[in-house]
Parts: sequence; C-alpha cells; structure tokens
Amino acid sequence: MSECGADFEIKDLCASVEGKPILKGVNLRVNRGETHALMGPNGSGKSTLASVIMGHPGYEVTGGQICFKGRNILDLETEERARLGIFLAFQYPVAIPGVTVAKFLKTAADAMRPGGAKVSSAAFLKELREYMAFLEMDPAFINRFLNDGFSGGEKKRMEILQMLALKPAFAVMDETDSGLDIDALKIVSKGINRLVGPDFGLLLITHYERMLRYIKPDHLHILMDGRIVHSGGPELVKRLEEKGYDWVRQEFGKEVLAE
Amino acid sequence: MSTPETPDVLKDEYKYGFYTDIEADSAPKGLNEDIIRFISRKKGEPDWMLEWRLKAYRGWLKKKEPRWAYLDYPPIDYQDICYYSAPKTGPAGEVDEELRKTFERLGIPLDERKRLEGVAVDAVFDSVSVATTHKDILAEKGILFCPISEAIREHPDLVRKYLGSVVPPADNFFAALNSAVFTDGSFCYIPKGVRCPIELSTYFRINARNTGQFERTLIVADEGSYVSYLEGCTAPLRDENQLHAAVVELIALDDAQIKYATVQNWYAGDKEGRGGIYNFVTKRGHCRGQRSRISWTQVEVGSAITWKYPGCVLEGEHSVGEFYSVALTNHRMQADTGTKMIHIGSHTRSTIVSKGISAGESVNSYRGLVQVLPDAVGCRNHSQCDSMLIGDKCKANTFPVVEAENGSAVIEHEATTSRISEDQLFYLKSRGITEEDAVSLVVNGFCKEVFKQLPLEFAVEAIRLLELKLDKSIG
Repeated sequence: MSECGADFEIKDLCASVEGKPILKGVNLRVNRGETHALMGPNGSGKSTLASVIMGHPGYEVTGGQICFKGRNILDLETEERARLGIFLAFQYPVAIPGVTVAKFLKTAADAMRPGGAKVSSAAFLKELREYMAFLEMDPAFINRFLNDGFSGGEKKRMEILQMLALKPAFAVMDETDSGLDIDALKIVSKGINRLVGPDFGLLLITHYERMLRYIKPDHLHILMDGRIVHSGGPELVKRLEEKGYDWVRQEFGKEVLAE
Repeated sequence: MSTPETPDVLKDEYKYGFYTDIEADSAPKGLNEDIIRFISRKKGEPDWMLEWRLKAYRGWLKKKEPRWAYLDYPPIDYQDICYYSAPKTGPAGEVDEELRKTFERLGIPLDERKRLEGVAVDAVFDSVSVATTHKDILAEKGILFCPISEAIREHPDLVRKYLGSVVPPADNFFAALNSAVFTDGSFCYIPKGVRCPIELSTYFRINARNTGQFERTLIVADEGSYVSYLEGCTAPLRDENQLHAAVVELIALDDAQIKYATVQNWYAGDKEGRGGIYNFVTKRGHCRGQRSRISWTQVEVGSAITWKYPGCVLEGEHSVGEFYSVALTNHRMQADTGTKMIHIGSHTRSTIVSKGISAGESVNSYRGLVQVLPDAVGCRNHSQCDSMLIGDKCKANTFPVVEAENGSAVIEHEATTSRISEDQLFYLKSRGITEEDAVSLVVNGFCKEVFKQLPLEFAVEAIRLLELKLDKSIG
C-alpha cells in the first residue's frame, strides 16, 4: 500500500457491523494545525467512522488504512492508539460507578506514559483544577464517580476535561454538541479551542452547523451513505445552513447510487 | 524450602501455594472419641473441655451434612481426614526457623524486630498457634490476645463463660464438627473501656496434606471497649480437596464495638476445578449489650467451595450490625455466602452490602436472612446486593429472605446484576488504559463501598489480590 504521509490520513476505509457495510471507501486527510468538520445526515456513518478510528471491537474493518504519525494504526489496540496521541470524545460517554474522576484521570495520565515516570499527584491535581475552572465545573466533580448520574452537559464537559488533561495530538469529537444548550456549547467550544493550534489536528463530527460558529473549521466534508461525497472550505457551512442536505443529495447522490 | 508440588503454570496465579517441608506431629486419619481425647491431651486441656468436645461429637454423629446451598461437590469422607497436625518445633518459646521463614514469605514477619507496625499477629500453622507478636503493648492495656488453647488453660473462666454462647455446638453440622475437633485459633478479650490501640490479626496457614483445619476464634469486647480484628488465610496448591471448618464467635457488651475483617485466600483449585479448600465456616456476632456494634467485612477470593454466612444477633437495644462483602469466584469456584441479621432488640439497625463478582465458569450466590422478631420495635435494615458477571459462562444467584414480624420495621432491599460491558472497557481503553487495568478499575469501583471498610493497607492488599485473581479472565 501507499505510504503514510500526512499527520492523519484515512485511505479507502471500509467497515461493517454484523456483516452490513457502513463505511464504503472513506478518504480524509487532516494535517496538524487543521480543523476539519465532518457533517452528514443521520445514518451516514459518522459515528461509525469515529468508533473505527479508535478501534471499537464491534466494527469490522474490511479494507483501507488509517495512518497516524507515519504508520497504519489499524493493527493497534485501542489503548495503543490512545497512547500514540489519538483522542475520541464520545457521543455517549459511559458511566464507571465507584471510580472517581480523579482516580480515572490519574490512571489514564499514567497509562499514557507506559514505563515512563508517573505524574506527580499534586501537580496533576493542580492542573486538573485549573482546567475545571476554565470549563466552569464545580471542583467537587473531581470526587464524583465517572459519568455516574451526570447530566448530558456534564458528561460532555467531562470529555473535554479529559482531552485537556491528556493533551492528544489528534482528536475526534463525535457529536459533542448534541444535547447541549447554548451556554454549555460555548463552554465546551472554549475548551476545544484551547487545544487548537499548530500542533493539533481536529476532526469535528457534527449534525448541526451550530457548533461551527464557535469552532471555525478549515475544511468541511459531507459524509453520505458511507462515503465523503463533497469537501470544501468554510463557505460550505453557510450553504448547508441555508439549504440543508437536499442539494448535496441532488448534486452528489447519483454517484452514491451508481455504486 | 523447596516447592516440588507446585506446577509452574500456576505459580503466578497463587503465590502462596508453596509447601513447607517440616516434620509434623500428626494424629492418624479418621474421627472417633479417641482422636478427640488425643487432641485434648495434646493441648493439655482440662476435663470440662474434653467433655464439651465429646458432647459436641456425639451431637455431630446425629447430624446430616447440609446440602441446601447452591453448591455441587462430591461427598466428603470424614474418616479420610487428619484432625491434628502440629509442626515439630525447637525449644519452648522459640519459633522454628522454617516456620519463621514460611510466615516471612507470606508477608507476616514473626520476629519482634521486624513485626508489622500497628498489627499484633497470632500465626496459626495447621493445628497450632506458633507465635503471637506485640504481646507487650497489649499487656499494658490488660488486653488478652493469645491462642485459644492457651486461653483454655490460662483463662478458663472467661472461655467457659463465652465459648459456644453465640454458636452452640449443636448449631449446625460443621459447627458441631468444629466444636469436637477444633485445634487452634485466637482468643481475644478487651477489658471494660479499653480501646485496643493496634489491629489484632490471626493468620491461618494450612500446610500438611490431608489435614483439615478447624480453628476457633472467640472475641469478647467488654463494656465500652473497641477492637479491630483481621484474619488472613492461605494454603499450598494441592490436587486433593482439603476441609476447613472454622467457628468464629464475637460478643459485644454495652457500648462495645468489634470490627472483624477477613481476607480469605485459601487455595481455590486449578482451572479445571481440581483441588482447593472446602471452606465451611460459621461466623456469628452477638450484640449482647445496648448500643453495641459488630461489623463483618469479608473479601473472599479463595477456596473451591465457600459456605459462609457471618451474621449478627442484635439483642441489645439500639445495637448495630453490619456486613460488607466482596466475593470473587473464577474458573470452577463455587461460593454460597451472605449474612443473617436477627433483630431481637428494639431500635436495632443493620446494613448489608454484598458484592459478588463471577468470572470463568464459577457460581456465586448471595444468601441472606433479615429477621425482625415480634417484640423488636423500630428496627431498620438496608440491604444492597450487587452481582457482576465477567464473561458468559458464570452464574450469579441471589436468595434474600426477609421475615419482619413487627410492623414498625423498615426494611429496604436493593439488588442489581450487571456485566462488565464492552463499552465500558472500550471507553477506558480509549484513554490509554490496558484491558487488564480497565477491568480492575471497573471491579474496584464496584467493590468500593466494601474496600473502604478495610484498614488501608489491607484494602491495598485486597485490591491487589482481586487484580491477581482476575488476570486473564477476560476475552
């Protein structure tokens, strides 16, 4: 196969669930310093793509490559992908009863440096407190059980807190904006923007354009029926906002059907 | 000290499975009145104790082994067991070098110079207690902590008053057997108003082949006193099953408090279910005095078969009984464990928190009884019984029984069964955490309420044990 050139690149990716093809040849390149938005109607395969990038065992990759930092990561375990610097903000974060946020984050931070020196607890806590203040979270959160009884907004903020604490090189946000009111959306966006910079690549998966008012993408891709059917610059956001997906279907749908 | 009997593949999984090659003084196999006389004579017991044993034995002969538990095991041949085995030791008062090494290897230094900080240990090897540490600190406070065989000789009035007063010899089949043949165990008496300044602990080690261990523990907390007690147990790896039938009695008088914690790690048998300890134990606390408090905390990670229901008889008004349990079964292990809370006095309260974790092809059952007698006014119980399944070949059962005969009782029961989900593991792994660490994080979270009842260093040990036992049980 061709070599892995870009910082993050998906090539001809095909994946299925229980034998049913969902992704049918996805191609996408995200260089460091870039923010890409991935949009598409329900059922187009957005969340599947996020899960496959992270290596969810429920999806079978039937073809293609995912390259990160110069290597194909498809043969890596989920935790190895994470240690390489990939982060997934979950659409539905899972509760882990009995495990405090502090304990979980410390375990994760230490796990990110296998064989390396452990992070000092005091320094780590200090840093966490700063991020929590930044995300306008109650400091008492640190002693709550991870996502256990959290509201939808609290869970999403927790995802951002984790991202800030773990400092990934590339992050996928899976519909982080869904279920957030406008104030929460602003805070979450503020958190994401804090990481955006020349060394950080971001793939923002969203259903609505709303979030893109706060996080400005450099590129926008439209996923339909398991394939990216159209890509463009920020001007595409406005067009989608005004016209919805119907024009995309009309313009690019034939290609999809022809398969 | 060689370990010729330990198969290599199992070494990592049960690191206490070594055998100490030490000359032993044993009784011939089998059980009859002569054997009981032999044990009593070996212990230098007074006549009343022998009579008590013989009476228990005659009662036992008329009893049938209970088979109502959710356990499946072949018949036990009680004539094929050795009921007494004592390591031959050096001059009186000195711990044999091999024994000292054995306990060091188990993490229990008996040397007074190296003794564990803040914990007095009574070390029991097969049928006898080999050493008790920290005797000086305890003596200062008037606390008695010694092998029960010594207590029978030195403090007969206390022993006669309390032995069998909570678990009478006729209580059940295994209690009767224990009463007839018990060999050693610990006795502890905390005088009025004394708060025991250190943890008391007994470490039980089964070493000899074909030997049963029948220890007896008796703890009496006099008015206004407090004691925290820990019990640990291990045994070598063997292909045959070994029987362990202990009795533990706790008595708390007015305003006294006893905290009793167990980390049970008897050899559980191999992956195919060969070997392992049959653990049939009767543990009961009696809150005899007003406002007395007894709490049981158990972490059960060993034994091929566990049959154990540490309970509290809440007789004193306003007394409190607690039961916190983590029972983990893996491979072919079977556990039927839980508690009994008997509310006799008014305004008595009890709390039950049971966490069962089943992995492999194991079976893990919770069995509990909460009973409120007709005259007991204003009693409360809260029970929470949670089961976690790892894999799809294991089983979890819950058999809670509630008998409230007084209308004022408030009894709450919650039960959940969950499975470690693929999504939980994926979520944790996506943060760089390995699968093994992810499982242990989820399991530790599940057991948190119980672990926080343990003294810190034992909680750390319990968590480590759990991780060890769960290693490679996924996938």
